Amino acid sequence: MANGLVSANPRGLIGRSVTAAAGILSPRSRNMQGLLFSLPLIVLFLAFVVYPLYFEVTQALDRYTYEVLFNDPIYVQTIVNTVIYVGIAVNVKLFLALLLSGVLDDDSRSTRFLSAIFLLPWAIPVLPGILSVRWMMSSQWGILNLISEDLGLGTHHWLASRWTALTALIIFHIWKYLPFWTVIILAARRGIPRQLYEAGAIDGANTFQTFRYISFPLLAGIYLICSLLSMVFTMGDFTNVWLMTGGAPGDSTHVLATLAYRYTFRLGKIDWGVGVFATALPVTLLFIFILIRKIK
Amino acid sequence: MGSRWGVNLMRVAVLGVVTAWTIFPIYYMVTLAITPWGDLFRPVYFVQHPTLDNFKFVLFQESPFVKYFWRWLGNSLLVSAAVMVAVLAVAAMGSYALGRIRFGLGRYVSGMTLFTYIIPASFLSIPFFKIMGDYDLLDTYWALIFAMTTFAAPYALWVLWDYAKTIPNEIDESAAIDGAGPLAIFFRIYLPLITPTLIAVGTYAFFFAWNEYLYAVLLLQGEKMITLPVGMGNFLTSDDAPWNLLMALSVIYSIPPVIFYYIFRRYLTHGLVSGAVQGT
Repeated sequence: MANGLVSANPRGLIGRSVTAAAGILSPRSRNMQGLLFSLPLIVLFLAFVVYPLYFEVTQALDRYTYEVLFNDPIYVQTIVNTVIYVGIAVNVKLFLALLLSGVLDDDSRSTRFLSAIFLLPWAIPVLPGILSVRWMMSSQWGILNLISEDLGLGTHHWLASRWTALTALIIFHIWKYLPFWTVIILAARRGIPRQLYEAGAIDGANTFQTFRYISFPLLAGIYLICSLLSMVFTMGDFTNVWLMTGGAPGDSTHVLATLAYRYTFRLGKIDWGVGVFATALPVTLLFIFILIRKIK
Repeated sequence: MGSRWGVNLMRVAVLGVVTAWTIFPIYYMVTLAITPWGDLFRPVYFVQHPTLDNFKFVLFQESPFVKYFWRWLGNSLLVSAAVMVAVLAVAAMGSYALGRIRFGLGRYVSGMTLFTYIIPASFLSIPFFKIMGDYDLLDTYWALIFAMTTFAAPYALWVLWDYAKTIPNEIDESAAIDGAGPLAIFFRIYLPLITPTLIAVGTYAFFFAWNEYLYAVLLLQGEKMITLPVGMGNFLTSDDAPWNLLMALSVIYSIPPVIFYYIFRRYLTHGLVSGAVQGT
């Protein structure tokens, strides 16, 4: 009411803006302005995040979904694959990132140059990388068998067995995403005050002790956030798995997203496809809410 | 002193191994891209008859596999440019709301963007596909542009927001005293101030869409409608795929994002996680 009156006269309008800038504007009109500027964001969120999620939640509440999926051995195997893939790939990757960031934490020119080189897998889109590794592992024409033969290890059908195929996926994941997480942890390391290291050196701490008693405790928080974040991202991985194995051999290397794609487009069962994500939703949302609490 | 020397030796060894590990798949990609047809099925460590013919085949569309190369490239450019514009509009407005207006409900808006950033896009893909089908938007660029804008906007917003917080309040205040309303402040003061960050964030959105595979393969079907990565993925459905052409195409497809990632890497490794770093 008061706002309506004030803005009716031009002088009042100016006065209102001044108070707005000074932060005295009523919380209600401040909220109105804020919401108007956030409107496109809110619309996108409701239409393309909340609405699709609503589909999944209804599917998740339906017993039929579980009956169908848990009776499909491929689904059960897919859950196992996803746990293996996420559990091993993400944790090995982040542990390596923690170590590598320590090696890269100095300002010499050679280290800076190498750090730039190490970013290449991150900068290259995911497709070319996967395709290169996939052809590398081709049993007849790939370079991996050439190397393996020259080392006297014989040739193998790398992507034709579940375990070597899953290993290939994990290795590719580490290759592609190690650089990004190394940079993130490196940034955190750079935030550690140098005096702490100097103090440690005076007390005669060796490399391991410095890491154990100085770096690690200060990096633990960010390390945990990175692990959770990367695990959630990787739970939804489609492209790497789809283009590397396509679920082969015999649908034994599917992860959640590729199985959902198979159900939806190969078998024409869209509600099964939605169901795959629906059944994974509780764990995923739990992770997401822990993360949001930690980040905010 | 002996242990110091050992540590250095280990450092060099680690850096050597990581360099080889990093470079090898890229080396292999480039090697295949310059391998002539005749040598493709004879694996070697070093290419014996290097040639640029594969690039020529791609650029002049001289193989059925790449007969729509320019069309695919055009589609990728079109979608990426549209996503860039949309993300810039959405994120600039949102960051103004969160960083300058600072309203009480803002924390719900920022929570919402954080949720969108974290949830894997694939989890929403099948319902999204269904919804787009209901609206008759399948096999149109609109569907892909909506999806990519939704998922690229949160990060863009966070980077801009971070920057918006550093602009002194007095600038808005003096504009307000001169009688400028929020819209005028947004267009005449806020946007010019954040232009450098807008350029970085816009290019981020552009390549976010450029790199996308899942949503593109879900939403676009027609041979002439698909984007570059979908076209590349389709090579795999054939048993006699010309991998040397595919790798030449890969090199062409990778060069623009690589240049961009190196120029703007400061912005790309910033944002959500490093915000958390500073917080802890």
